[in-house]
Amino acid sequence: MTLCACVLAHQTHQEEKMSEDGREELVGTDDDSENMAVDGSLNNTMVEEGCTLLGRMEICVAEAEKRSGKNAVNMQETFTVYLIETRPMDAVADGRNPAPDSLWRRYSEFELLRNYLIVTYPYIVVPPLPEKRAEFVWHKLSADNMDPDFVERRRVGLENFLLRVASHPVLSNDKILYHFLTEEQGWKEVVYETGFQAKADSWLRALSATFRVRNPDKRFMEMKQYSDELQSHASQLLRARAKVADRLYGVYKVHGNYGRVFSEWSAIEREMGDGLQSAGHHMDAYAASIDDILEEEEHYADQLKEYLFYAEALRAVCRKHELTQFELEMASQDLISKKQQREELATGIVRTFSFKGMTNKLFGQEAPEQREARLKLLEELIVEGEEAVKEKTVECEEHVERAWVDMQRFKEQKDKDLREALINFAVMQISMCKKGIQVWSNAKECFLKM
Amino acid sequence: MSEHTVPADLSGHMLDLDEDEDLEVFSKSTSLADGSSMPNSPSSMVNQYRLEEDDEEQQNGNTKDIFITVDNPESHVTAIETFIMYRVLTKTTRSEFDSCEYEVHRRYQDFLWLRSKLEENYPTLIIHPLPEKFVMKGMVERFSNDFIETRRKALHRFLNKISEHPILSYNQHFKVFLTAQELAPHRKQSAGFLSRMGETVRAVANSVRGLSSRPEEFTLMQEYLENFSNKICSVNKVTQRVIKEQREYLDELKQYSPTYVQWAGLEGELAEPLKDVASCVERCSKETEEQIQHLSQVLLPILHEYVLCGETLKMQVEVDGLADRVEMANNALKGDWSHWQNSMRTDLKSAFISTAEKNVEYYEKCLAVWELFLLSQRVEPRKELDEEDVS
Repeated sequence: MTLCACVLAHQTHQEEKMSEDGREELVGTDDDSENMAVDGSLNNTMVEEGCTLLGRMEICVAEAEKRSGKNAVNMQETFTVYLIETRPMDAVADGRNPAPDSLWRRYSEFELLRNYLIVTYPYIVVPPLPEKRAEFVWHKLSADNMDPDFVERRRVGLENFLLRVASHPVLSNDKILYHFLTEEQGWKEVVYETGFQAKADSWLRALSATFRVRNPDKRFMEMKQYSDELQSHASQLLRARAKVADRLYGVYKVHGNYGRVFSEWSAIEREMGDGLQSAGHHMDAYAASIDDILEEEEHYADQLKEYLFYAEALRAVCRKHELTQFELEMASQDLISKKQQREELATGIVRTFSFKGMTNKLFGQEAPEQREARLKLLEELIVEGEEAVKEKTVECEEHVERAWVDMQRFKEQKDKDLREALINFAVMQISMCKKGIQVWSNAKECFLKM
Repeated sequence: MSEHTVPADLSGHMLDLDEDEDLEVFSKSTSLADGSSMPNSPSSMVNQYRLEEDDEEQQNGNTKDIFITVDNPESHVTAIETFIMYRVLTKTTRSEFDSCEYEVHRRYQDFLWLRSKLEENYPTLIIHPLPEKFVMKGMVERFSNDFIETRRKALHRFLNKISEHPILSYNQHFKVFLTAQELAPHRKQSAGFLSRMGETVRAVANSVRGLSSRPEEFTLMQEYLENFSNKICSVNKVTQRVIKEQREYLDELKQYSPTYVQWAGLEGELAEPLKDVASCVERCSKETEEQIQHLSQVLLPILHEYVLCGETLKMQVEVDGLADRVEMANNALKGDWSHWQNSMRTDLKSAFISTAEKNVEYYEKCLAVWELFLLSQRVEPRKELDEEDVS
């Protein structure tokens, strides 16, 4: 339950992450500046406690368990479920310690939740889930989805996801999210009932389509460019890091051979024997120490990976802008052309080429009744078209406005989180160096006794 | 090692040498006649010496009265070949030497000659090995700076081992080697002679084995040598492996820091911490490079020498076990044996200590790098807070 304790410590902050105590202070000092920096009315997370879901409720992914069951095609499968525990915040604040409510969810349900959120809030940079499969692995073992270390890291990642969503000024108010956290049965049906699936399909199709937008918001284009580059550079960094970790592992493990050989050698030596033997033990310790060191570094990699995946979410928001802008432009275009047609019909002056115009010229003009009918139809279409343009304009503007706010919030969160991650990295390096100093100092003492 | 450009006067005085090696004939002209002063006094040479050897060496009851350095490798090109000449500087207070300072130039072949003469004259004694003629496993290019430096150090150690040996250091070939301006007139036999002799003796030994009862001490010594040889070979291999892994680690590190810089190019506020991390990683890379160098230049050569020692000794012991003069050989070898064991323990101990110290230093330097980074990062948030309080 120590995880919930960590959550409690961070409950008033917008960004929730599992971290060591040392970071609390750092997170705290940025609090005020964050509110000041962004337009106060839109960044209301810090204003009062209980403002977001996380303010009212403690959330934690406490455990992971293996289950087996039949899947959709009636085949036996093994999967992992995660225990989500929640407790009302006021109970905790009062000092009462009620047992938490809990339910089990599997990864695919988290995915469903996230897809729903993406479709329902296309102007929000939706927090990513931890990776489905282990990527950028430095050692073959951790590529296995069932590997306990991987499962543990995923548990942390899922909790992180929930904390981020539940503390988001917009997302935290979502009913589906609330149900996800509190009602184990029937949640899936509720989600599907929202009809988001249909929206999701069309959204996906639109996302992958190529279309030319005439006047996209420049800021969004720049953001899209940034998200692409962020993805690329973060991937490169993670790949390089994994290789470094792999090599470092090799260096440490090879020293284990010293342990073995020194031990064997000490058996044939009189004076040198003791010194060699004990030095050998330290070499074994040195070789063994790398496992913990690298496991800890995986958390750093996970912090970077989160933002690698965030880049995709950011990109999706920009694409949504492109889409709405494109639809607006299409609607405007359509309206203009209809108005032009009306003008031509009304005045008889042909400005643009049309088959009707051609046939008129070739075969003579149509009867006045037909013309009237067509004009009337056009008028109706124009009215519809104007409505459509109005709607699309509103949709586009709203999206731009809301998305811009969230992208700013995201940017600040990212800068803060990644800086923390880099500091974490340095702390880990320092810890590794201290261990190294100790081992080799000990070894030196042993050699002195040779 | 200091690189003095004291010109050696080779052109002047040719020696009139007697073919009889027992006759020590040296004219005064073999000493440094050009009057240039040696920048090093014997006391500073002692310090230089201490850098490469252990203090314990000098506590065998004798105070050191001869100091030898090998330095200043220079390339010599003739029509037929290219080779390296090493400068051998000797400072001594021994009465057998006419002068107290000598500077001569020797090439690798000359060292081979010296060693073979010593083996010839003292078949029962343990004589330190020379660095190999050729490079093994292509780790270093022939005549690269690393190779020359490694060889120079090994040659330096070789001469010092001889000079520390109570018997060998008074050998007249040794003296000739140190003092004669031209060695060529003194060299009669090729280095290959002893190895051929050794093979013959060993062939006989194998055929006669089992007939003569070996003294138990010899058997023990043989067993020890077999095991020692084994173990020292393993340690050598492990060390080579460590170096290899370190090199591969270094290669990846070098690819790693630029990824932080690239990312920094995208960012605003994050740019600085990202760049700082990149430079930290770079500095650690440099430290890693130094660590690898230390391993290659300090630990590995010593281990290698003792691998050679082990092999030579095993062969020697087999030969000696056969000699008719078993008792005499026994005693001479026994005395030398404890001298060798002591020397081995000292050398290896000091090499391991040096390695451990270097590793501690490596981690200490890296620690400082990252602590500096933390310091630079933690300062900023407090600054922001102060500014807000003011406003």
